[in-house]
Amino acid sequence: MELFKLIFIEPFEVMAALPDLLLQTLWEGFVSGILYSLIALGFVLIFKASGVFNFAQGIMVVFAALTLVGIHAMGVPPFLALILTLGVMALLALTVVKLVMKPLVNQPDIILFMSTIGITFILIAGGQLIFGGEPKAMITTELGLPTGSSDWEVGGGIVIFQHIDIAAAVIAALLIAGLALFFNKTKTGRALRAVADDHQAALSVGISLEYIWVVVWFAAGVVALTAGILWAAKSDVSFALQVVALKALPVLVLGGFTSIPGAIVGGLIIGIGEKLFDLYWGVPILGGSTESWFAFIIALLFLLYRPEGLFGEKHIERI
Amino acid sequence: MLKKIILGAASIAVAGSMYTTTPAFAEDTLYIPSLSYRTGAFAGAGIPISNGYADYFAMLNARDGGIGGAKVVVEECETGYKADKGVECYEATKGNGALVYNPYSTGITLQLIPKAPVDEIPILSMGYGLSAAAIGEKFPWVFNYPASYWSQMSSILKYIDSQGGIKGKKIGFIYLDVGYGKEPIPLLDKLAPEMGFEWVGFPVAGKDMQNQAATWLNVRKERPDWMIAWSFGAMTPTAVKEAAKIRFPMDKFVGNWWSGGHADLEQVGAPGKGYLAANFSGIGTDFPALQDVIKHVVDAGNSKANKEDIGKVNYNRGLFNAVIMAEAIRSAQAKTGKKGINGADMRLGLENFVLDEARLKEIGLEGFTAPVVGSCADHEGAGSIFLQQWNGSDWERVSDLIAPMTEVVRPLLEEAADNYVKEQTDWKTQSCG
Repeated sequence: MELFKLIFIEPFEVMAALPDLLLQTLWEGFVSGILYSLIALGFVLIFKASGVFNFAQGIMVVFAALTLVGIHAMGVPPFLALILTLGVMALLALTVVKLVMKPLVNQPDIILFMSTIGITFILIAGGQLIFGGEPKAMITTELGLPTGSSDWEVGGGIVIFQHIDIAAAVIAALLIAGLALFFNKTKTGRALRAVADDHQAALSVGISLEYIWVVVWFAAGVVALTAGILWAAKSDVSFALQVVALKALPVLVLGGFTSIPGAIVGGLIIGIGEKLFDLYWGVPILGGSTESWFAFIIALLFLLYRPEGLFGEKHIERI
Repeated sequence: MLKKIILGAASIAVAGSMYTTTPAFAEDTLYIPSLSYRTGAFAGAGIPISNGYADYFAMLNARDGGIGGAKVVVEECETGYKADKGVECYEATKGNGALVYNPYSTGITLQLIPKAPVDEIPILSMGYGLSAAAIGEKFPWVFNYPASYWSQMSSILKYIDSQGGIKGKKIGFIYLDVGYGKEPIPLLDKLAPEMGFEWVGFPVAGKDMQNQAATWLNVRKERPDWMIAWSFGAMTPTAVKEAAKIRFPMDKFVGNWWSGGHADLEQVGAPGKGYLAANFSGIGTDFPALQDVIKHVVDAGNSKANKEDIGKVNYNRGLFNAVIMAEAIRSAQAKTGKKGINGADMRLGLENFVLDEARLKEIGLEGFTAPVVGSCADHEGAGSIFLQQWNGSDWERVSDLIAPMTEVVRPLLEEAADNYVKEQTDWKTQSCG
């Protein structure tokens, strides 16, 4: 009976008594969710184009943020540092494709996956050698990102909107929309979709696999840089940040590995769901810290009942 | 060819960042392995600690020709703060005549505790590790000077009590959800009814150190009067930023001594103004010993630290660790009459060194820390702590020394030590008369 109350009655009583807290939770979940979507998008882009699950996406977030902060620390103005960082990510994309992807083309997926683990270690070691292991502050204000907050009075309480969170949500949404448009409406985007459908057919109509791979790895680098800036603004730039990218895994399972809308919807479901669950059910019943595993339980349920995710393509292999 | 050269260089770079070579040592050298973490998620604390530790010994070598005529050799082994790597480092270096291990990780310390009596190499987990190791009779080979986590927590609670009383207050305890973070929970359980406060825990999983939004929504829901943090690494700046976000009063938010480094709060800046943290080692370079380090090591180009980082909280923490080592070595040399000592001699030194006010003044560290005196029975020294406060750009000491509640903590430590020993087979204890 006590458990029944904890699950079905008390959470809703708290929601009704503290509407400001409920709205704050939804907002925090939305902000986290859209950032999860952004990180997941980096995985989706590369997976769609090459069938490779890019294990290095998490460290790319750290590497991009470190590069930006490191270049700025050398006295380079912030926006020039941003452009130079994009150049570094382009160079990284070119290097990965030339040295890893191209020589391993037609190898089994597991070989390509293992190669991205190798890329992860090289980026960890390279990042530490070049920029050092110390955590660094993100150059948030230097990049013109807003600080401060606005309050919304509701139900006798307040909902606090951090301006950086609003900016993060807007920037992430714009980037996601921009990438969706680019890959759906441009020639390169159509070529990417052709490559995603069938490598050999794409090659036969003159599409350069190498070019497409460089484009998607660079796009994943841009996504990593954006995620790195926005997430590090909430914390710091340190190697611990790469673990946050693990949250993209349940998002991908939920939304589907090949679907951009899936990454967005999956991110929002995970972001909002984990915050609501932790606050209203996780802490009273399980003592808290459920945010670390809630998303993976959802992903597990999807793997059992809908393995292709909400928006993923259902593959039927005929024997 | 080019690809091979690049891949080869990358492999060497990776390998070089993870391992160090093992030099040969003369018999009259004092070999001290340093289990460092200059890489990984906690490098922000690991780097300055290792620098301060190495620089103090380098200063003694340069200024005095070592300790008692024996040069100190500090060999770093990178653990990345990982217990398995820490054990690998231990096994790789113990055969070189290691005098003592300072694991700088509770996880690694717990792995090494059973090895210490077997290999006869003592462990000093300075202000971390297993609190129960403070009981010297039960843990002859393990030390946690100048205070255990439980003593520290009791001092923090005393401070809160001094700021308008703790009775009837709700204390929020945010902690890294690993052994380190959970260590003081038994003390909170014990003291809550005795001191008349209520406490509520907010665990943060390791992989959510930078993702604490849900945790702080819970804090907002619970509305604690005070918050205490047992955080580390990226968890600290994230927690302080989140606290600022929900407008929790910063001067009612107290971190432990691993939650108050410069690297932690420099990432936060002005929003963290007012945040408090415990400390047991001095801040700044306004001490003759620090000036000697700058003169003999930093200015000579023999330090890995940037000059502006000398004197920061974690640098001085590492330096203080080296000071205790050096004083224990001197004590061991005096007791045994030997220049080159071994692990067993070092253990003797750790139980007999005297770092009192007079000695602190003599070595150029007057006012740097509370006195610490080694003993057979008390391996933590029950040292006092002070509180420091972030002023928006730097730490400032804001309290006098706060002694721990020894009368409460000691019986708990003894009980925990008894329980630990009961679970071991063939555990060596000692009698301290």
